Amino acid sequence: MLSADAIDGMARDACAAIAAASTLAALKEVRIAHAGDRSPLALANREIGALPPAAKAEVGKRVGEARGVVKSALDDRQVALEIERDERVLAEESVDVTLPTVREAVGGRHPLTTLIERVCDVFVAMGYDIAEGPEVEAEWVNFDALNVPPDHPARTMQDTFYVSSPDSGVVLRTQTSPIQIRAMLERPLPIYVVAPGRVFRTDELDATHTPVFHQVEGLAIDENITMADLKGTLDHFAQAMFGEGIVTRLRPSYFPFTEPSAELDVQCFVCRGSSVGNPDRPCRTCGSEGWIEWGGCGMVNPRVLSAVGIDPVRYRGFAFGMGIERTLMFRNGVTDMRDMVEGDIRFTRAFGLES
Amino acid sequence: MRAPVSWLRELVDIPSSEGGRDIAERLVRAGLEVETVEVIGEGVVGTLVIGHVVEIEELAEFKKPIRWCQVDVGPGHGGVRGIICGARNFAAGDIVVVALPGTVLPGGFMIAARETYGHTSDGMICSERELGLGDNHDGIMVLPADAGVIGADAAPIVGVGDEVLDIAVTPDRGYALSIRGIARELAFSYDVEFDDPGVRVVALPAPASGAVPADCGSEDFGACELFTMRTVTGFDPSAPSPLWMQRRLVSCGMRPVSLAVDVTNYVMLELGQPLHAFDLDKLSGPVRAGWAPAGSRLETLDHVVRDLGPEDLVIMDDSGIIGLAGTMGGLTSEIDDGTVNIALEAAHFSSGVVARVSRRHRLSTEASRRFERGVDRVLAPYASARAAELLMRFGGGTYVGMTAVEAEYRPSRISMPASEPADVAGMPIDSATVVRLLQSVGCEVAGSDGTLTVDAPSWRPDLTDPADLVEEVVRLVGYDTLPSTLPTSALGHGLTQAQRVRRRVGMALAARGAIEVLTYPFVGDRDLDSLRIAADDPCRARVRLANPLSDEQPMLRASLLPGLVAAARRNIGRGNFDLNIFELGSVFRGLAGETLVRPSVEHRPTDAEWSALNALLPEQPIVVGCVLAGERIPAGWWGPSRPYDWSDAVESAQVIAEVLGVELTIARGSDPTFHPGRCAALMIGEAQVGVAGELHPRVIEATELPARACAMELSLDACREAATAVRRAPAVSTHPVAKEDLALVVADDVPASAVLDSLREGAGDLLESIRLFDVYRGSQVAEGHRSLAFALKFRAADRTLDAGEIQLARQAAIDSAARTCGATLR
Repeated sequence: MLSADAIDGMARDACAAIAAASTLAALKEVRIAHAGDRSPLALANREIGALPPAAKAEVGKRVGEARGVVKSALDDRQVALEIERDERVLAEESVDVTLPTVREAVGGRHPLTTLIERVCDVFVAMGYDIAEGPEVEAEWVNFDALNVPPDHPARTMQDTFYVSSPDSGVVLRTQTSPIQIRAMLERPLPIYVVAPGRVFRTDELDATHTPVFHQVEGLAIDENITMADLKGTLDHFAQAMFGEGIVTRLRPSYFPFTEPSAELDVQCFVCRGSSVGNPDRPCRTCGSEGWIEWGGCGMVNPRVLSAVGIDPVRYRGFAFGMGIERTLMFRNGVTDMRDMVEGDIRFTRAFGLES
Repeated sequence: MRAPVSWLRELVDIPSSEGGRDIAERLVRAGLEVETVEVIGEGVVGTLVIGHVVEIEELAEFKKPIRWCQVDVGPGHGGVRGIICGARNFAAGDIVVVALPGTVLPGGFMIAARETYGHTSDGMICSERELGLGDNHDGIMVLPADAGVIGADAAPIVGVGDEVLDIAVTPDRGYALSIRGIARELAFSYDVEFDDPGVRVVALPAPASGAVPADCGSEDFGACELFTMRTVTGFDPSAPSPLWMQRRLVSCGMRPVSLAVDVTNYVMLELGQPLHAFDLDKLSGPVRAGWAPAGSRLETLDHVVRDLGPEDLVIMDDSGIIGLAGTMGGLTSEIDDGTVNIALEAAHFSSGVVARVSRRHRLSTEASRRFERGVDRVLAPYASARAAELLMRFGGGTYVGMTAVEAEYRPSRISMPASEPADVAGMPIDSATVVRLLQSVGCEVAGSDGTLTVDAPSWRPDLTDPADLVEEVVRLVGYDTLPSTLPTSALGHGLTQAQRVRRRVGMALAARGAIEVLTYPFVGDRDLDSLRIAADDPCRARVRLANPLSDEQPMLRASLLPGLVAAARRNIGRGNFDLNIFELGSVFRGLAGETLVRPSVEHRPTDAEWSALNALLPEQPIVVGCVLAGERIPAGWWGPSRPYDWSDAVESAQVIAEVLGVELTIARGSDPTFHPGRCAALMIGEAQVGVAGELHPRVIEATELPARACAMELSLDACREAATAVRRAPAVSTHPVAKEDLALVVADDVPASAVLDSLREGAGDLLESIRLFDVYRGSQVAEGHRSLAFALKFRAADRTLDAGEIQLARQAAIDSAARTCGATLR
């Protein structure tokens, strides 16, 4: 009964059935039929015990080998069929991954805000603190303490919004410089601060003017501060903002709160001066001037130091300031001031989270 | 200040190779901002010649009268030529400018001999406008008989080809409002001699014997330190100004009027001293400067009647007030075309006084602009001598003499260490250089090492402090020579909490889809009314501007919503229908104080003064707000759209609270701007810190926003103050979680937040989290009730919970909700 041929035949039948199973379900049935408890090889295995001792070993070995062959054939077939199934199912589950996926687009921060942060970060990295002050400001802080006495022509240089009445002593700050006064009155020496803020002048809104705009101002008060330190600080700042090797230029000018005073130009970061006298390659960013007017600066007028009780013999300082709208205009190619104030989401969204 | 280069060259020997642009560059380096360099008659190519009109034949057969002129242009240019001309303002014998064939006029207009009106017109007689000299096109230019030799090159005579620099003069550089002052800068820049015309003594004839010059005086030497009157009689009022003078006035932007007026303007432009010419016969008694009596009046030359008071410095004679000192003359003493006797006023008025007068009367004139910025203290008699000489040279007359009063003049004396410029600049500048440079700007310098004693020149009233001298030295050495160094030490603290919070809130909102706007803070009653903001609401703006840009919006915002709503409407008008915009900025609440303080600027304000100054200001808290409208998620392949609703507005506040780590609770709110049933009060503890929800339908109607638009406004300052400075780390348990769902039925008026609070309270410490995941109202729940389904997670820090513990906690939660909210388990 348990001849070698019979056992081999069981294994052969099993392997044929395994090979013929084309699905995992069919294979499962084959497994029950040929490797289950009631399969011929399992039944044969059970009969071994009843055999005479002399035959037991040989038959037992033969049946064991046959079951091993069947099991490994089943396992191989199982793996093959699973791979086959996975390939089919995953192919069926494929999608068009190029479908639009953004249901809720990221919004945007105003480029003036992010540009101010960028400027502040450069100075924070240099050890400056960020100082702030109120937008509705005492006239004394906005003008008098900054060496602009009541009848000084400089007060007519910038047209001021007065709160309540022209004699109230309260204005919308016309510049960020009053923050300098607050910093000097409220902070211990030495002082290194950068002061961003919104300022106000009575200009009507058009493509190049706005009554509400932003400035960033820097102030350093220390012993032995020099104008060369101012120049070096501005050079470093210009490089951080516009790239390696960009330099600044100072031109004599006048501000009541600085003496000496200078206009601050930054080298054009697009043409770096190559457009000057080169009509074939004009530069739109600097108008082929090679330099871009950026702001004003100077050494803090000793009179300003006196007004806040800092000893002008022991301490000196420098200050500088620039318009953020103007910076955004030439840096990012904004051509119309109104885009920055109207709040059109198409404008701001284009800048995302960083200008 | 417009400065013709030809005029500058007359005062200073600029190398002939230097053009207008080169000169402009020198001035910029010296600190004078040259805005433009114009070329007079730019575009003229070829020959303009002086012509003499020999004969005019009137041609009457055409639609308009035409003249056939014979014009002698000199033998070198073909002698007499026939030229057709349509202008009629000239006569035979006149001297004119002729453009010969081949000449190109501005605008590329080429002159050619051409057939017209039956003749060959062999050139053109030119008008001012055709030559690009000015706007005058009333007729052709008729030159004075002695303008030039017939056939001479007319370009230099009429100024074609001259360049004009337009200079923006800063308030400290009053001296640069004159050709003299600009020439002085150029003399230094080119290192050439400067023969100062401002101190040149003009040779005037000896005063006529017997005649008495007009007398003068100053009632207040503080306001008028110097007053002079120079008298010329028997002047020919019909004498014209010379052509060159007229051309220069035009180049400088002034209109030639008459010889007497032109001379005063010319000398003002040349030297910087404003002058005023009176008709001597209209004066009575001495002319003097003094303060106007209260309630007095003056009609100025611009025909405006001005009310004057004791703060106005005026010019008076025995008849009363005849001029506004340093600003504008009066009508009654004006010179006219019959004036033969002239009194020339040249005075020095205090800059502050003129600035006040000019500002009070909103009258900025060539004279006031110069006085405000400071006129050379000693210049007046020199300038009036120069003017008298010009008047008599071109208008004849007899010199009668000068009267003057003057306070003692002491130059401003400044002590400065010779090392100061080097110390401030941060580069070596030896004391010899310092002395030389100060002398070059006109200073008298005593001492050479150690401390210098410097007397500022009379034309530099801006030089009062050592810092002013430092600027002079450093700018003349050249700002471009400054080294680039860095300060040695700065120890920063990084951003403050307030600054970090603003950045993070802006970033969080934007990352979740919101777009930042920066709106103007100006609002008006209409904006506030349309938002239904009540008169007693703190969000009703109260800080008012004295001089608003628009009467519609004279106040400063007390809420961000008016600006956000306007920005939303603008966006929607432009087709941006789906909107989530936010703003982060200050609002202005309360009223500005009223006790005016103006501390001295000589020393630090006292603490009391500083508090008083700050007490003037309204509160200016930082607030964040948003407006939402349209769809949050558009319809797409993923499914239908999802509009923004009240919950998105509340969510944006919760995002902010989360960023700050603040526990923000939501309660039913009531705010007239919001839908009464869809308004959330944003609370921190017992204090309301904001509001969110759907806008009131009346607000939507009034503001023209789309239906169901939503908004939120939250005090960032309040949130920030409640924020924990340092957050504690949580204990993260690794034991298994037990999840329990339960549904509770509660009456409709029980807020979900109350049920949540109650469940949390009852469940105790084992509750890790709870989430409301469904709200059901319908047939399976009693009328007026709703079912709220919650998912609870229980977990212990130290052990695996057993079924009994979980069951107890769950039941305790249900019991708590039943007790406080009347909830029943569904």
